[in-house]
Amino acid sequence: MHVLGVSAASVYRVSRTRTERLVNLVICLLSTRRFLTAAQIAATVPGYEHDPDDARDHEAFQRKFERDKAELRELGVPLETGTASVFDAEPGYRIAHREYALPDIPLEPDEAAAVGIAARLWQHAGLAAAASSGLAKLRAAGVDVDPQATLGLEPMVTVDPAFAPLTAAARDRREVGFDYRVPDRDASSRRRLQPWGVVCWRGRWYVVGHDLDRDATRCFRLSRVVGAVRVAGAPGAYQPPAGEDLISYVARWSGPVERTGRATVLAAPGRAAGLRRWAVEVTAGPDGDRLVLPYADPDGLAGHLVGYGPDVRVLDPPEVREAVIQRLKEIAVRHDELAVSGGAR
Amino acid sequence: MTRPTARGGSKTSADRLARLLNLVPYLLARPGIEVAEAAGDLGVTERQLREDLELLWVCGLPGYGPGDLIDMAFDGDRVTITYDAGIDRPLRLTPDEALALVVALRMLAETPGVANREAIERALAKIEDAAGDLVGAPVAVRLPGDSRRVEALRAAVEGGRALRITYYTAARDETTERVVDPLRMLMVGGRAYVEAWCRRAEAVRLFRADRIDAITELDEPATVPPQAVPHDLTEGVFRPSPDLPLITLRIGRGERWITEYYPCERVEAGDGEQWLVSLRVTDLGWARRFVLGLGPDVAVVAPVELAEQVRASASAALDAYAVPAPVTRLPDGEPAAAAAAVPSGDPAVAGRTQ
Repeated sequence: MHVLGVSAASVYRVSRTRTERLVNLVICLLSTRRFLTAAQIAATVPGYEHDPDDARDHEAFQRKFERDKAELRELGVPLETGTASVFDAEPGYRIAHREYALPDIPLEPDEAAAVGIAARLWQHAGLAAAASSGLAKLRAAGVDVDPQATLGLEPMVTVDPAFAPLTAAARDRREVGFDYRVPDRDASSRRRLQPWGVVCWRGRWYVVGHDLDRDATRCFRLSRVVGAVRVAGAPGAYQPPAGEDLISYVARWSGPVERTGRATVLAAPGRAAGLRRWAVEVTAGPDGDRLVLPYADPDGLAGHLVGYGPDVRVLDPPEVREAVIQRLKEIAVRHDELAVSGGAR
Repeated sequence: MTRPTARGGSKTSADRLARLLNLVPYLLARPGIEVAEAAGDLGVTERQLREDLELLWVCGLPGYGPGDLIDMAFDGDRVTITYDAGIDRPLRLTPDEALALVVALRMLAETPGVANREAIERALAKIEDAAGDLVGAPVAVRLPGDSRRVEALRAAVEGGRALRITYYTAARDETTERVVDPLRMLMVGGRAYVEAWCRRAEAVRLFRADRIDAITELDEPATVPPQAVPHDLTEGVFRPSPDLPLITLRIGRGERWITEYYPCERVEAGDGEQWLVSLRVTDLGWARRFVLGLGPDVAVVAPVELAEQVRASASAALDAYAVPAPVTRLPDGEPAAAAAAVPSGDPAVAGRTQ
């Protein structure tokens, strides 16, 4: 003891005996092959001493033991229960080393560096804590992680609050219910889903699964989930279809579009920089520069072009030109009224 | 991912137990490690570590005699575990730990233009393997992007030289040349950015990779002045500050999507289907283009000068269509100074999904 040169720390005085008892409990249960009953554990592990014949004392022990078991399970310690023999009625406990121990992970230095980087990407406090305690276990398994390593480009990983409950439910195959709000609708609606998995597509999170009310596959954006995700029913309640590419459900309706249309616009010299970098062809002329713009949807293009106001005039095709003029008229009328009624002048 | 801790157990006691169960195998794998080094590695103070060792020293196998207790040897400031009492391996990963590591690795592996992708994928396979059936982590990640462009930028950033870039600033709708001293490259919300000291703005700026149209490595090293501080991006790239102009729009049902794409200060139901939406903008000129682009179902409520600019711009454009004459120019009244007050991670009119 003297080599350590530290006296009992007052900060830990309360939790210390408890922590000590729990460490001893883990060691004891790891070392036994037989299931040990609560009474056997009480007689062995320091900190559980009590008088089994005193009802109150015994009850206090039982409460303490229950709390300790819960804490071990919370940490992920695989506490097995069973009986030592067919003649025993009392349940006993043990920890199988094989179940307890992290398997050997032979990480090369560059792989360990990647894990180290991955562990610090989380911006979400709970997942950041889980990542760093996971990394601590890898270190404890002998993996050395270079804290200086970088990959030149690191993503910041952020998730919506619904991420944790939905991934857990998908993992456990449990049905969930949640309120979902789409801005186009006035009220949120209650949805029931068998989640298959969670998808990150272009920096946004979605859950994909079987919608129980629609009886069809649906995806939901996590940022639109309002309030808590409610888990319903038992684990293993359904089987997600095998070999599904979950991303394809999300990417199907937010994927890239083919821009096959070509519009020609006249841009004032030195203006509309945003359009110029998008143009496939630029020809300077006396009254401005002619830009050829690829587009997919004439109405979408019209909205974009209207943004440039008088700096851009559509020459072709007529449908885009007409759409722009129509929009401009409506906007002008709307803001004329406003300027009058709002006393803008 | 935070769960309530076990009844009666405090968070610190659970944390400490986890730390202690880790400490024995950690030291076992590193005989003779310096206490200070171990403490640094484990993220605890040296004093805490010594207290942990002191506690472990009285724990051990039933019997709790000299040969049963965890034992360690000290040599100066170095420590070696000489008996582990059976806790020779760390506890396996919890589902949350496995998920946090696996998802972050998948994110890394999916990041366009990331270095050493092959090592990331090998690491991912090994972690998934070790986590076993815990991680059929039901999480898929796809971050599409122009990986060639990002790779070229990353190489330039790693080259450690000052860069001349041609950059499109959406807030002012202009393309400019500037010399920057790169700090780092990062990816936020599925988009890649170069963070750099901008010599033109004399401030740290975020440059969106897809808006960097050209890049030249200069013959001088990047010199980042000491006052350059990287952005805190925990709240996202665009963090509206209260000194920016606030605009209020009345929007129809079809335009409600903007409340998901732009950080809005206030969203209220108005008459009928209309919503009143207030948001901060870097620049009124940007707001004018934004409002015009949104279309007829949007009206400016405030400020009055924005309403007037929108009206004037729309009628000037209509005049140009009525008279086939050279395109007229709007007077250039955009307050560029306001735009410079925020990182140029300006919101562009984003495409809609769903």
